Amino acid sequence: MMLTIIDLTLLFFLVVIAIAVVRIKDLFAATMLLGIYSLLSASIFVTLDAVDVAFTEASVGAGISTILALSTLSLTARIEKGHPGPTWIPILVCAVTGLTLIYATFDMPWFGDPDAPIHQHVAPHYLEASAEEIDIPNVVTSVLASYRGFDTFGETVVVFTALVAVLLLLGGRKGEDNESNQNKDEGGAS
Amino acid sequence: MFIAAILAILVVMGLALARALLGPTEYDRILAVNMFGTQTTLFICVIGYLTDRPAFTDIALVYALVNFVGTIAVLRYYEYSEPNQDPIED
Repeated sequence: MMLTIIDLTLLFFLVVIAIAVVRIKDLFAATMLLGIYSLLSASIFVTLDAVDVAFTEASVGAGISTILALSTLSLTARIEKGHPGPTWIPILVCAVTGLTLIYATFDMPWFGDPDAPIHQHVAPHYLEASAEEIDIPNVVTSVLASYRGFDTFGETVVVFTALVAVLLLLGGRKGEDNESNQNKDEGGAS
Repeated sequence: MFIAAILAILVVMGLALARALLGPTEYDRILAVNMFGTQTTLFICVIGYLTDRPAFTDIALVYALVNFVGTIAVLRYYEYSEPNQDPIED
């Protein structure tokens, strides 16, 4: 009961932010609101017991995406211009796509269903054979580091790329000087 | 007790959200995002104890670190890009 109230409140905040991001013209404010949106999504993932997804959402959504959006904003204008042309075509495309996705969820198993394919396919094998095959007592660790090794490798590459991007953005004055020189050169050419 | 705490956190989340939506200056919005990150950290801690999973506290600590780095990055953006803004906006 309590968790239902918490979920509903968080989802309500999420809808409010989504509408505000669409309506607002100041792109810096929209970026900040998207950061809050991502933190809220992370909270919802935590209430759904998907802690790892929540952490990815918080670091990528609130961390890296915000920085990327801000560095884009520093190269372009801060105020959004009006939309040319009719707006009903994008609305129609969004509505059709959304309805298709909702229709697709009817075939999915219910949340927490023990007979769902994900609990029947390889999970029992992992639970039974992990100790003999991998020799690690923690099943989560053996799935993460061995059974899904390539997947984890890809995630690590993403985290490394994010680290490099943060270091480039927060790096010393040297890169900043080069950038301003380039801006001057472009200004002279135009 | 945890229920009261989490309700209070949700109310403060709403207040920070209102500041981010209304905030007249950029700094109001930056502060609102920072505040919201702190609320998320607290929220994860409290919901861990509410659902008998105190190990969530470790995750909340990492959230606090991400929040700190994010705020620093936003403020750095302001420090470096403020002088370049006028010719771009024209």
